[in-house]
Amino acid sequence: MSRTLTYREALREGLDEELARDPNVVLMGEEVAQYNGAYKVTEGLWKKWGDKRIVDTPISEAGFIGMGIGASMLGVRPVMELMFWSFHSVAFDQLVNNAACVRYMSGGLINCPIVMRGPANGGTNVGATHSHIPEGLFAAFPGLKVCAPATPADAKGLIKAAIRDNDPVYVMENTLLYGTTGEVPDPAEGDHVVPLGKADVKREGTDISLIAHGRSVIHALAAAETLQAEHGISAEVLDLRSIRPLDVDAILATVRKTNRVVLVDESKPFGGVSAMVATLIQEHAFDYLDAPVKRVCTIDAPAIYSPHIENQQLPNPGRIVEKVLSMR
Amino acid sequence: MSTAQLDTPRLDFAGSPINRDLTPDQKIDLFRQMVRIRRFEQTALKYYNAGKMGGFLHLYIGQEAVAVGTISLKLENDHFITAYRDHGHALSVGMGMNECMAEMYGKQTGCSKGKGGSMHFFAPDKGYWGGHGIVGGQTPLGLGLAYGLKYLEKEGCCLCYLGDGAVNQGAFHESLNIAALFNLPVIYVIENNGYSMGTSQKRSSSYRGCLAQRAEGYDMEWDVIDGSDIYEVRAKTHIAMERARKEQKPAILEISTYRYYGHSVADANAKKYRTPEEIENYKQNHDPITLFRRRLVAEGIFTEEQADQISKEAADEAAASAKFAEESPAPTVADIMTDVYWESDNNTEASKTGWHFFND
Repeated sequence: MSRTLTYREALREGLDEELARDPNVVLMGEEVAQYNGAYKVTEGLWKKWGDKRIVDTPISEAGFIGMGIGASMLGVRPVMELMFWSFHSVAFDQLVNNAACVRYMSGGLINCPIVMRGPANGGTNVGATHSHIPEGLFAAFPGLKVCAPATPADAKGLIKAAIRDNDPVYVMENTLLYGTTGEVPDPAEGDHVVPLGKADVKREGTDISLIAHGRSVIHALAAAETLQAEHGISAEVLDLRSIRPLDVDAILATVRKTNRVVLVDESKPFGGVSAMVATLIQEHAFDYLDAPVKRVCTIDAPAIYSPHIENQQLPNPGRIVEKVLSMR
Repeated sequence: MSTAQLDTPRLDFAGSPINRDLTPDQKIDLFRQMVRIRRFEQTALKYYNAGKMGGFLHLYIGQEAVAVGTISLKLENDHFITAYRDHGHALSVGMGMNECMAEMYGKQTGCSKGKGGSMHFFAPDKGYWGGHGIVGGQTPLGLGLAYGLKYLEKEGCCLCYLGDGAVNQGAFHESLNIAALFNLPVIYVIENNGYSMGTSQKRSSSYRGCLAQRAEGYDMEWDVIDGSDIYEVRAKTHIAMERARKEQKPAILEISTYRYYGHSVADANAKKYRTPEEIENYKQNHDPITLFRRRLVAEGIFTEEQADQISKEAADEAAASAKFAEESPAPTVADIMTDVYWESDNNTEASKTGWHFFND
């Protein structure tokens, strides 16, 4: 039996289960406790778990994220909410110099079992400083793990895997997905954990592969329906789920199957996730390609505010369909 | 604290509760630890200049009473974290000269297997969390160690060392706010050697009396300590540590001290921003080792000859550590890929996924 949950509820259920499983798990961040979470992901958890486990922090990203990293070195397992991943810049030193490097610099003596989570996306008309999509950026720092769930089931399964992982894991959620719904396995049926590093074929197809992660998966699925219905093109949709570790085998398998690929990526094209995936494909599956690898990314400018046009800057089903048709 | 203040007569802390009961052996051990740091670093400098090490070398020489004095107060659940000038703290918590020297040589036998270098010594089993490279970046981590202590309900405290240059970093101020707000047992120890790299404190910090006074803005306890007197360091730090352990109250301690060398060996003679007279004044009148040695001789704890013997033993130990480092194997290229991720060492499914990154 599965139930229909929102992405937000699925995340909350995952957090709640991990709070129950391990007394060292603690949630921290701006407004996660008394306010119930800026995006209501942590709603009700403070009332249930109290001040010790659910902690409101000052608006002080470098301070509280560094504090979480320090606490994780001592055996606490903090789950830190970034109200927007765009605020990573305020805590960048802690995120990339401490969380990413301390294990390596100490020759493996120190681990940071910390989770950083929160929404990383554009599309909400909040302007450039609140719309960064930095998963590709963080995946570029060895020592960090990065994932981006697209569905409620994956959101629950990945947050649980992230909390149990002994490395720092950055979970890139999406404001625009929080209210979306999907089937999530019932807890009575067992522990629903989605392992980091495992991609998922969200739709089988034979003519072209659409490789995406996060909200782009939803767009790719919509585009695939249009391609099938209006153009008779069978598109396979591969959801990366994890950016790092990256499921290279699954990427190569779908490319070898369909021989054509469009990468859909909300991060920017320069140095983004799709840039890395495209490189891997040409290195390892060049002989299987019947056409050059194409990409649909966020158009390479800071995020525009205008509600009339922002969706055109981001990947969307129309842009994906157009790109696929251009390859015929 | 200015030089002028240091030159005025100070209180005697020999009779304070934490120092009063020190046995002769314990006093000699404090002296030995300071001397070991100095001889270790003098040896490191010699071989650094001979091209045996890479990277930076931030020497602690002149500041020994701070690390030795504070860390000598360690109880079971106390933790320590510092920045890149970390050799003194490392030896004080009980790390061996061999593993430290070998780390600087970039050898497999180093404390971080040659992956960290001079700035990144760690010994978490001794409560020592290193060795961090970004000015002020360790201050939230120290906060986190204190948070961890409180969360895990252990009575202890965290001493987080920083230089006077780090007091102007935002991360430090954020840490102070949270430390006071959450009542965390963290003590920020400002090792004020007067210079933020090559810029004097007077030209880099806005302050009135002292840097520690900034604690008042956060409703936090603070004190100022003469870092040339190990008894004073111990007496005042002990008060703050007990308060942190029992009442979970944070504090700032500003310990005035002096580094005889530059910020790093890159500005070894440090003549661009200070005078030879200034350096000489500290060496003659404020050297923590000289002052303590003089005191112990006067107290009849040891003779000049016995003190010389301790120094010689420390020099021999340091020389032996350099030989050990020299003869140790370097890491292999395969070692570059280990210790990046927990899983990669345990060969789990997740570690194999994405292995292409390492191989390409």
